[in-house]
Amino acid sequence: MIEILGVEKNFNGNIVLRGVDLKIDRGSTCVIIGRSGCGKSVLLKHIVGILKPDKGKIIINSKDIVHLSEEDLNALRLKIGMVFQGGALFDSMTVGENVGFGLIEHNHTSDKELRETIEESLSLVGLSGIASLMPSDLSGGMKKRVALARALCIKPEIILYDEPTTGVDPISADSINELIKNLHDKLNVTSIVVTHDMKSAYRVGDKLAMLYQGKIIAQGSPNEIQKTEDPIVHQFINGLAHGPITET
Amino acid sequence: MFDNFFIIIGRHIISFLYFLGGLGNLAFKTIYFSFIPPYKKGRIFEQAKKAGLDSLPLVSLIALFIGFIFALQTAYFMQRIGSELYIASLVALSIVRELGPVITALVVAGRVGAAITAEIGSMQVTEQVDALETLAVSPMKYLVVPRFLALSLMLPLLTIYADAVGILGSYIICVFRLGISSSIYLRVTAEALFYKDLFTGLFKTIFFGMIIALVSCYEGFNVKGGAEGVGQATTRSVVFSFIMIIIADSIFTALFYFIFP
Repeated sequence: MIEILGVEKNFNGNIVLRGVDLKIDRGSTCVIIGRSGCGKSVLLKHIVGILKPDKGKIIINSKDIVHLSEEDLNALRLKIGMVFQGGALFDSMTVGENVGFGLIEHNHTSDKELRETIEESLSLVGLSGIASLMPSDLSGGMKKRVALARALCIKPEIILYDEPTTGVDPISADSINELIKNLHDKLNVTSIVVTHDMKSAYRVGDKLAMLYQGKIIAQGSPNEIQKTEDPIVHQFINGLAHGPITET
Repeated sequence: MFDNFFIIIGRHIISFLYFLGGLGNLAFKTIYFSFIPPYKKGRIFEQAKKAGLDSLPLVSLIALFIGFIFALQTAYFMQRIGSELYIASLVALSIVRELGPVITALVVAGRVGAAITAEIGSMQVTEQVDALETLAVSPMKYLVVPRFLALSLMLPLLTIYADAVGILGSYIICVFRLGISSSIYLRVTAEALFYKDLFTGLFKTIFFGMIIALVSCYEGFNVKGGAEGVGQATTRSVVFSFIMIIIADSIFTALFYFIFP
C-alpha cells in the first residue's frame, strides 16, 4: 500500500502541494487527474523520492520514504518503475542499453540473461527486435513504450506513469491505455497514472483522484467520479470552459 | 540612477556568491563520491578520450601558432638589442610556466566544458537526470565524477603536449626564419628550463581541470527551460570557467612566486 499523508511542497514560495492525502491499495491502479501545472508530476516525483516534501509523509511498504537513507531509498527505487512524460530515454544509448540500464548498472545478471530480459521487456510492450535502434529512430508512441519497457526490466512492484498518452495520436494513446491495463492484469503491479486525458483515466483506473489547488478534492471509482456533483470536478471531467475553474 | 547602479552591482555580487556556494557544494559531493565504489573505469576512459584525445587537433593548432607568434614578437625586440639567442629561453619559460597551461585550459573550457554543459543541460530538461535517479543511479556518480577525474588527469597531459608543440612552433621560426642554429636553440631551451618550471606549470592544470569539470556540470544541472536555457547555461559555463581559471592562475602564480621564488 502507498499512503501519502499531508504532503506539502513549495518552490521558492510558489506553493504547489498544500497537504495531499491519498491512499493507494496494493495491486490497484490509481489515476491522478488535474489541470496542467497543478502539481501531478511533482507528486509523482515525491513518490519515487526525487523530491522531498516540506511537510508530510510518504509511506511505501510500511516505510516512510522521506527519512530513508540514500542507500535504502535506492533499494526501494529498484522496486518502482517510472515512465516519464517524454520517455526520458538516454539519447546516447541504444534502445536495448536504455531498457537494460537498471540491470547493467546494478550488475544483476549475466550478458545472456540481460539480453533475454531486455527482449522480454520489449516484447511485453509489443516492440520486439528493436534493441539495436537509437531513441532518435523512434516515434513518440514508441519512445513511451520503450520507457515502459525500461521500467518493466527491473521487475517493479509499483509503476508510475507521467502523462502516458500526452503527445501521441489517438490510436497510439488507446494502445498505450490497453498496454497499461494488460500489464496491470498480467503482472499485478500497483500503478499510479498521472493524466489530464479523461478517456485514458476511465479506461485504466480502478480509482480516480482529482488534484486541485494543491489538494486532493475528490476521489472514487470512475463511476463515482463521473456521477459527482462537485462543480469543480464536474467542470474538469467534462472539459467545460465555464465554471468554478478559471484560466488562472 | 546611482541607486539602480548599486542594486545591479549588488545583485551580480549575490548571484556570483550563490554560484560559488553551489560550486563548493558540488565540489564537496564530487570528491566524496569519487571515493565511493563501484568505480566504473570505462566511463572515466570514455570521458578522458573525449577531453584529451579529441582535443589534440585543436590544441596542436593553437599551441603551434602561439609558438610562431610568440617567437616573432620576441624576435622584434631581441634583434634590436642583439640577443636573438635568448628568444629560445624566453619562449620556453613563458610557454611552460604560463602560456601552455592557461591556453590549454581555455581551449578545453571552450571545447569540452561547453559540450559537458550542453549534454547535461539537455539531459536535465528532458528528465534524463531524473530517470537516472529513478533507476537508483546517482547522477553525481554517473555524470560528474567521471568528467571530474578525466579532466583533472587529462589537462596536465594535454598541457605537456601543448608545451612541446608551442616550443616546436618557436623552434621552426627561430631555426628556419631567423637563422639560429638548431643545436644552439635546443641547448638554450634545455638550460633555461628547470624541473620547478615544469612543476609550477603542470600543478595548476590539475586545478584548472577540476574547475572546468565542476563549472560545466554545475551549469548543466541548473539549466532552466528548454533549448534557450541550455544555450544560456553553455555561455555562462564558458565565461565562468574562463574567469575562474584566470583567478586561480593569478593565485597560483603569486603563491609560487612568493613561496618558491
